[in-house]
Amino acid sequence: MATTAVPGGGTRSGAGPEWGGFEENIQGGGSAVIDMENMDDTSGSSFEDMGELHQRLREEEVDADAAAADEEDGEFLGMKGFKGQLSRQVADQMWQAGKRQASRAFSLYANIDILRPYFDVEPAQVRSRLLESMIPIKMVNFPQKIAGELYGPLMLVFTLVAILLHGMKTSDTIIREGTLMGTAIGTCFGYWLGVSSFIYFLAYLCNAQITMLQMLALLGYGLFGHCIVLFITYNIHLHALFYLFWLLVGGLSTLRMVAVLVSRTVGPTQRLLLCGTLAALHMLFLLYLHFAYHKVVEGILDTLEGPNIPPMQRVPRDIPGVLPAARLPATVLNATAKALVVSLQSH
Amino acid sequence: MAEAAESPGDRETVSPRPLFAGLSDISISQDIPIEGEITIPMRSRSREFDSSTLNESVRNTIMRDLKAVGKKFMYVLYPRKSNTLLRDWDLWGPLILCVTLALMLQRGSMDGEKDGGPQFAEVFVIVWFGAVTITLNSKLLGGNISFFQSLCVLGYCILPLTLAMLICRLVLLAEPGPVNFMVRLFVVIVMFAWSIAASTAFLADSQPPNRKALAVYPVFLFYFVISWMILTFTPQ
Repeated sequence: MATTAVPGGGTRSGAGPEWGGFEENIQGGGSAVIDMENMDDTSGSSFEDMGELHQRLREEEVDADAAAADEEDGEFLGMKGFKGQLSRQVADQMWQAGKRQASRAFSLYANIDILRPYFDVEPAQVRSRLLESMIPIKMVNFPQKIAGELYGPLMLVFTLVAILLHGMKTSDTIIREGTLMGTAIGTCFGYWLGVSSFIYFLAYLCNAQITMLQMLALLGYGLFGHCIVLFITYNIHLHALFYLFWLLVGGLSTLRMVAVLVSRTVGPTQRLLLCGTLAALHMLFLLYLHFAYHKVVEGILDTLEGPNIPPMQRVPRDIPGVLPAARLPATVLNATAKALVVSLQSH
Repeated sequence: MAEAAESPGDRETVSPRPLFAGLSDISISQDIPIEGEITIPMRSRSREFDSSTLNESVRNTIMRDLKAVGKKFMYVLYPRKSNTLLRDWDLWGPLILCVTLALMLQRGSMDGEKDGGPQFAEVFVIVWFGAVTITLNSKLLGGNISFFQSLCVLGYCILPLTLAMLICRLVLLAEPGPVNFMVRLFVVIVMFAWSIAASTAFLADSQPPNRKALAVYPVFLFYFVISWMILTFTPQ
């Protein structure tokens, strides 16, 4: 840390208009010379004196500057108290260094401008990327371009959250250890971030050329198909329709993601591993979203459980001895399993 | 001003007229005031330094804040292009609205079984984190609105939806049925559109012109979620 000093004496050559400069120098650091003129006989903690000095300077900014000039004038008299002055300046350095570090850290971490380039999109671009996410491209010989933006994926995740809420409401889902909104947000964001990270890790193992941002963008846009399917099938409760859409729309968006990944991976084993995992996770997620929050017609469940129990009642009867905190996934899994059994039986 | 007192016809003359020569012709009428103070314009508010408001009575303070909040409510209900909401932002109004909405949306959790309604904390968190997310989004898209101004606007524009909640509550006192639902649906849709129109009127100017749709879509989602919570609310 360079030893800068407070050149109080130096800037006092012109009394009136220099005082603004004096205050600037106090806070911004001045020349590299310790000014021996500004000696003062101070006692007590220099750090507190510095703090007091800064506080006083700040207050005096509002009042007349002449009063500050007179006061400062009276202090730096003569050659007394060299030690006091030195320690005061060291304390000043520490104060300023600490303040600088704190403001730098704050501006680094609280700076949302880091994310700004990823949001630099036009509506037409977003629209075209949404449509392209449903169109698998056959060309797998050289790497396909992935747009590294976060606006589209983020909006799609939020849309999925909204659609999921709608589905949970219409299916009268009862969540016991949590809230509806919390579950929806946790599911969607958990899938987007978690599966992206997992596939990125697999891509790292399989030597695929894809960055984390690109993976986030790719999976995010792949949720567009999910949004469409769920939006339609939460309102029209037909199993056959859902399976058709699951295969068609879900399949298309999965194929697109798979094609992009294949074009960026070398080697058949790696391609199979990476794309198989992604395809399985993506399709199964859509299946899960549909059945976990889907209203099942009353009569079908009755054949399984008996006539007195209302459908979709999420009381954990089947897994005893489970901790209360784990009831939610247990109940949802139960319902999913039952629903799967039901659907398999009904076909 | 003295030089401007020359008539244009004087430009052809070679000899320069002395300064202030034409001032003898000028007479100042009595109704133009030329007195005043030379002050450095500090702030546009008429409020004095904070220390002087410490001595006023509590009633004055509360009434002043309530009046400011009420004025902004009027701006939301009749949205015009004005800067008041942005310039004098405050978060009292959004807090009052959010608390009111959350209280009305809370079901009595007497019976532990049917506990699926949104609780107070859920609504509160949704409103505030939704507003923060939209603000961050609009800032990242290149908007030149400050963080708290955007929070203020989004919070105040929940007012139509709060009114919708009140009306729905009243309507739900009547007998349930499809007519009931249709009335509530209509009211919620109208208020939802009103909220979006109000917030767009205030926020749209701060965005670059070709990206307005990108900034408005999350606002649409946000008010859609709140409207959905209002519409599907049934008191037990």
